Amino acid sequence: MNRIPVVAVSIGMATGIYAVSFGALGVTAGLSILETMLLSLLMFSGASQFAFVGVVATGGMAAIPTAIASAWLLGVRNGFYALRMAPVLGMPGISKLLSAQLTIDESTAVATAQGSQSDEQRGFWWTGVSVFIFWNLMTLAGALLGDQIGDPANYGLDSAAAAAFLGLVWPRLSSSKFKLIGLAAFVVALATISIVPAGIPVLLGALVAAVIQYWGKR
Amino acid sequence: MTFAVIAASLAVFSWKFLGYLVPEKYVSNPRFREIADAITVGLLSSLIAIQGFTTDSAVTVDSRLPALILAAGLLYLRMPFIVVIASAAALSALIRMFF
Repeated sequence: MNRIPVVAVSIGMATGIYAVSFGALGVTAGLSILETMLLSLLMFSGASQFAFVGVVATGGMAAIPTAIASAWLLGVRNGFYALRMAPVLGMPGISKLLSAQLTIDESTAVATAQGSQSDEQRGFWWTGVSVFIFWNLMTLAGALLGDQIGDPANYGLDSAAAAAFLGLVWPRLSSSKFKLIGLAAFVVALATISIVPAGIPVLLGALVAAVIQYWGKR
Repeated sequence: MTFAVIAASLAVFSWKFLGYLVPEKYVSNPRFREIADAITVGLLSSLIAIQGFTTDSAVTVDSRLPALILAAGLLYLRMPFIVVIASAAALSALIRMFF
């Protein structure tokens, strides 16, 4: 199917929209352009990157341990995505490093929405590479523009990020079981946000999803 | 700071890589795969909640709600992803401009 490349490039361009705001936030938080780019190239996980620069922006050098811990905690979900993608991709030896780096929300969401193993592989690689390219180019653009951009919320970029997650989960919501799972995770994340540290509500949402799936089968 | 950036990146990468090191016989089990699919849906749904309805660890409702409703409508109409995202951002930005 030729729909996969179109979807992949479309998602890459959309993530590019908020990569601009990441780049700008990075340099206004006090990172150099190089350090901001290193985050997009090496960390390559939006939520973790925003958390890292967010903590550094408010706490400076003294906050570095907290910044690293926040980024790490928000990255846990990529481990679950990797577990899901490992048998699909079947990467041998050292090439696992490549698939690991591209294992993010977008690549996993597009892959798991496909019907066959070969389409899952194409969905993963097309989306992973597309997002990587747009994410890094637009981070650079944002870092160069810096604080000329102003508050990303003025451009509705926070809404863009929320809508992107909705768009990624949308194809899976055709099943009533996944509708229930999605709703339960949504409610749990909101119910716990003010009582547990950042990063944990999303994991609790994932836990609820796993529990419903596990017990629903019995 | 450059060292901190690299350390944090390695910390995040460790999760991605660990998932690929679990032996095939565990992760290719259909039962496991169903749970992994459910977890993906759960993670993305939680992320909508956090990104769309919270500010600094407090639940808030603002222009992101109409933006998400618009996005849902456009997804229902099978509009391309980029159109959905750009429309949501534009609606949210317009609302903030006037209120």
